[in-house]
Parts: sequence; C-alpha cells; structure tokens
Amino acid sequence: MDNSINIAAEEKNQPLQHDEHRDDEASKMGMWLFLFTELLLFGGLFLVYTIYRFMNAEAFEHAGMELNTNLGTVNTIVLITSSYTAALSIVAVRHKQYIKAKYLLWVTIFFAMFFMVVKYFEWSAKISHGLFPGMEEFLNLPPGEGLFFFLYFFMTGLHALHIIIGSVFIGFVIYYIDKGTIKHDDYVVLENAGLYWHIVDVIWIFLFPLFYLIA
Amino acid sequence: MDNHSHNDHSAFKINTLVWGSLYALTIISVWVTHFDLTTFAVAVALGVASVKAVLVAAYFMHLKFESKILSIMVIVTLLVFTTFIILTLIDYSNR
Repeated sequence: MDNSINIAAEEKNQPLQHDEHRDDEASKMGMWLFLFTELLLFGGLFLVYTIYRFMNAEAFEHAGMELNTNLGTVNTIVLITSSYTAALSIVAVRHKQYIKAKYLLWVTIFFAMFFMVVKYFEWSAKISHGLFPGMEEFLNLPPGEGLFFFLYFFMTGLHALHIIIGSVFIGFVIYYIDKGTIKHDDYVVLENAGLYWHIVDVIWIFLFPLFYLIA
Repeated sequence: MDNHSHNDHSAFKINTLVWGSLYALTIISVWVTHFDLTTFAVAVALGVASVKAVLVAAYFMHLKFESKILSIMVIVTLLVFTTFIILTLIDYSNR
C-alpha cells in the first residue's frame, strides 16, 4: 500500500518537476520585437537628420567639421570590441566556463565606460565652446548649423542613455551567472542582454558615419 | 539552441573573424574620407555601415543560426522602415 502510494506520488511529481515552462525561442522573439521599436525610434531620428541635411547641406558639412573624427573612430572600435566580448561570453557559458564568461562581460562593461568617458570629453569640448542647445554660441549659429548640433546632442545623448541601460542589464546578467540562475543549458537572459548590446552597437555603426565622416 | 552545439568549436573563430572584419571596415570607411568622393561619399559611408550592421546581426546576434522566422521578421521591419523613408523623401522632393 505504502509502495503504491509512493509510486503514485512519484508519477505525480515526476511530470511536475520536468514541466518547467520555458520557451527560449519566444523569449528571444519578444526581445526582437522590442528591438524593432528601438530601430524605429532611431530610424525616425535618422529620417529627420536626412531631410534637414538635404535642406541645409552646406551648413551640415561645415558644422560636421567641428566633430573630432579620431575620437569617433576610437569609440567605434571600442563598441565593436565590446560587442565581440559579449558574443564570446555566450560561447563561454555554453561551455560551462562561467568565470571566463563573467570576465568577458566585465570587459564589455569596461569598454562601455571607456566609451562614455570619451563621450564626456567630446561633449565637454563642445559645451565649453557654447554649442549645447540654448547656449550663447549655439543661438548665434546659422539655423542649419544649429540644427546639426541639436541633432548631434540629441541622437548621441539618446544613444549614450542606451549604453548606460545596456551596461546595467549586463551587470544583472553577471549577478545571475554568479547566482547560478544563468547556466550552460539556460542562458536566454544572457542572449537577450547580448541582443540589446548589439543593437546599441548597430545604432552607433550608423551614427558614426552620419556625424563624423560625412563632412 | 540545439544547432549551436555542433559548431561551438568554430564559434570562437567565427566571432573573431567578424570582429576583425568590423575593425577593418571601420578603418576603411575613415580612410576613404581622405579622397574627394563628392557625391559618392554618403553612399560609400552608408554602404560600409550597412555591411557592418549585417555582420553584427547575422553573427553576433545569431540571426544566421536562429529559426528563419526571426530573419523574416527583421526583413519585414526593415522593408516597412524603408517604405517610410522612401515615401517621406518622395513627399519632400515634390513640395
């Protein structure tokens, strides 16, 4: 009697234990849907930039020369490399190399901070020249150049906000790997954090030529 | 997820190759600005950026290894976005 109850209980428990409701595919699809909204958010801004550039071609080119191409290039390479280490961390987690994965994600965050420091110096230089929207120099600019700097601060600022959010997201992922919630057969959170980080990289890949190269 | 496991050995190699390509393309896109390409400058800059974006999406974002539905979703979104751009530009050029 006891035995049969145990077996019955086991049969009841067994499927319950294995019935972990998880759908990584759907989870990633949800993340992609969110990324589409990000794409359209920046896409709208790119469209604004394109039209105003057509309308103020010379002013945009003149204002674009104010930007430091070297700093922009350094930041592009920094972001590409941070994307690379984020991609490698997924491979590491799949191989149960958790310490290596966490190390790679810390490197990603380090590069994100490096990006922000470069951005800080870039913005400081522009602000000390009074080019931030509303400042004296800005108000005296020809209208087209004013538009350029307005879009420059708004678009790179919005992008920098995404860098900060992405770093916090990756910080959480490191904590989850530490806790063992993210492991070799359950790492969709890491994948989604990676997806977010890569889309931030892709947006910069387009911001860089539009602001720094076409001048 | 299952189709990941058999190509794990080459995963490091592929990622490194993609990183190298992105690095090279960045340098190239800066280098070509030293030549006077005039009207082509914008096309070259955006062309190189597009190639870089495709590399990131296909390899770093795993689109190449995921189920087809995700790639289809991305393509449809990009088509919608391109339609918006084209319609806006037509509208602007006919004012």
